[in-house]
Amino acid sequence: MVQALNLALREEMDRDRDVVVLGEDVGKDGGVFRVTDGLFNRFGPERVIDTPLAETGIVGAAIGMAAYGLKPVVEIQFMGFIYSAVDQLFSHAARIRARSRGRFTSSLVVRTPYGGGVKALEHHSESTEALFCHMPGLKVVVPSSPRLAKGLLLSAIRDPDPVVFLEPTRLYRLIKEDVPEIDYTTPLGKARIVQEGKDVTVIAWGSMLQRTMKAVEGFNAEVIDLMTLCPFDEETVLQSAKKTGRVVIVHEAVATCGVGAELSATIAEHAMLHLKAPIVRVTSYDVVLPLPKLEDHYLPSIERIRKGIETVLQY
Amino acid sequence: MYSGYEDGIIIYGRRGTGMPEKILESFQVKRLDILDDKGTADVSLAPALTDDELKRMYEILVLARTFDQRALNLQREGRLGTYPSIMGQEASQVGSALAAEKADWLFTSFRESGVYVATGYPLDQLFQYWSGDERGMKIPGNLNIFPLSIPVGTQIAHAVGAAMAAKYRKDRAGVLVYFGDGGSSRGDFHEGLNMAGVFKAPVVFLCQNNQWAISVPRERQTAARTIAQKAVSYGFEGIQVDGNDVFAVYKATKDALQKAKEGKGPTLVECFTYRIADHTTSDDASRYRLKEELELWKARDPILRLRLFMEKKGIWNEAYQKDVELHSKAAIDEAQKRADATVPPNPRDMFTFTYGSLSQRQTREIKDF
Repeated sequence: MVQALNLALREEMDRDRDVVVLGEDVGKDGGVFRVTDGLFNRFGPERVIDTPLAETGIVGAAIGMAAYGLKPVVEIQFMGFIYSAVDQLFSHAARIRARSRGRFTSSLVVRTPYGGGVKALEHHSESTEALFCHMPGLKVVVPSSPRLAKGLLLSAIRDPDPVVFLEPTRLYRLIKEDVPEIDYTTPLGKARIVQEGKDVTVIAWGSMLQRTMKAVEGFNAEVIDLMTLCPFDEETVLQSAKKTGRVVIVHEAVATCGVGAELSATIAEHAMLHLKAPIVRVTSYDVVLPLPKLEDHYLPSIERIRKGIETVLQY
Repeated sequence: MYSGYEDGIIIYGRRGTGMPEKILESFQVKRLDILDDKGTADVSLAPALTDDELKRMYEILVLARTFDQRALNLQREGRLGTYPSIMGQEASQVGSALAAEKADWLFTSFRESGVYVATGYPLDQLFQYWSGDERGMKIPGNLNIFPLSIPVGTQIAHAVGAAMAAKYRKDRAGVLVYFGDGGSSRGDFHEGLNMAGVFKAPVVFLCQNNQWAISVPRERQTAARTIAQKAVSYGFEGIQVDGNDVFAVYKATKDALQKAKEGKGPTLVECFTYRIADHTTSDDASRYRLKEELELWKARDPILRLRLFMEKKGIWNEAYQKDVELHSKAAIDEAQKRADATVPPNPRDMFTFTYGSLSQRQTREIKDF
């Protein structure tokens, strides 16, 4: 996935001189995960900008750049460090279009590694996507494979609105697949049916999708990769829920006010009469994210996902 | 006893080996005054403005105050929402905004009516905005102003980004960003000025030090003697000017913008001024401020001193004053009338301007309207 993201950035920067990359260590170092590797040499320090250590300043500057007409792609080193920039994202990026009644927009991307499963230090395994979904004006996108990562990142850069682009750290070097070196995009706001099925709908995204695919083996399950968490593809979700009548939602964020809660409420509001079983959420627990020794107990495991599926199938 | 290596500006005592101490950096803070409160100007420093330009400057100052007073009145009548008055700060706002050229970009805080008036912003839109209608902040296409920012100091980084973008595109444009003494305490100030210094961004940081952040006095914002000197720690110049002296503000801003556009980096301009009014119409400054202090500053009125200067120069008299007041009032009346005549905003606009296109959910929700 790292190479796919890198390819997307390189191709888009080749195509569009307005695209600039900024963040901590994104230049000479190529980013701590090497997503921006080689861009500095290819495009120079004016377009691949090593910034001071200042998340608020970086995102704030990106908003100003976007207002001026550039298309900044920000890297926040880890999602756990994005919180000081939340003010800029919520108070400004999300609202500039409304505040100026369309004169200005914040066409920018904030990329950040996200999620657990890599045995990292505290603050390096965050999965707080729901925070960003709660702010109208922002879009939240999570790729689950290298090919999708490229297509979604290109869509995010070309999107007229600010996109929080969450890259599952666990998938950075886990999945290998061919990524076409052609210009293709994966549309935002659309979910993907990974496999069709009849008995149960399982919704997941990011690194949980891989686990989910293993968990559904042996079941006749329809699997949806949500991809854009906000605004999410209600049609695809509701259609599938109505078809199977049973829904399991898997995410590595905590249950309370998670995206699963929103999906669950939406399905209850619009597909209740089609349901044969209560909706089940398989999530991390409502606890402070543990350090690596306890992490495996925290994240949804294949067994827990299977148990969730078995629960809804009992009805 | 100090030991070890330090590469800072602090001068340490003698080390164990008896090596002499060194001064690595020292700095001075300049203060610029051109026009005093008796209307006497230092001609060697005064900006070269023609009589017509002086009159225009004066007329805009009066217009800004007239707008401000009308906004306060309309708020009292319940026709505008909460409004932050600029009274006392007209020279800081008008002087600096007039120093900007057409290609320059302005980033404002919420107390900046004078800036908007000086740029020729449609006055009816200002009334519209303060009455609670977003269409008032739809900046006309011919003006490079970003919509005003209410969260204190957060606009500083936007200005730095816009300046970096102008530099990247090799445009001859500078960026002017407004904030106050309260804003200078925020992390946004530090991150913004620091980045601007590192990237030599063509930006001018204009701090209107009006001595009060709601009820908190300047002394509680920083132990530093001036705000201007904070620039030193970011590697560029800071200057304090008399913020009630429209010539000093104009000159310092013009010089700083010029410098920025020549690629010589940012400047921090501290306009030393005073907020005569309450913080906003929701505030009562008599709870925390001494009347004597207020009276002292009222006597330093920024508009009066330009008038005295012009009178000495023979380009101001009572008849001219009446004419200026009449024109200002007529312009404000007209703007208010236009604002009042605007059709109410369409509730569908709430949806239209959240994203570039409607989401599936919004498509459902908008059917309520």
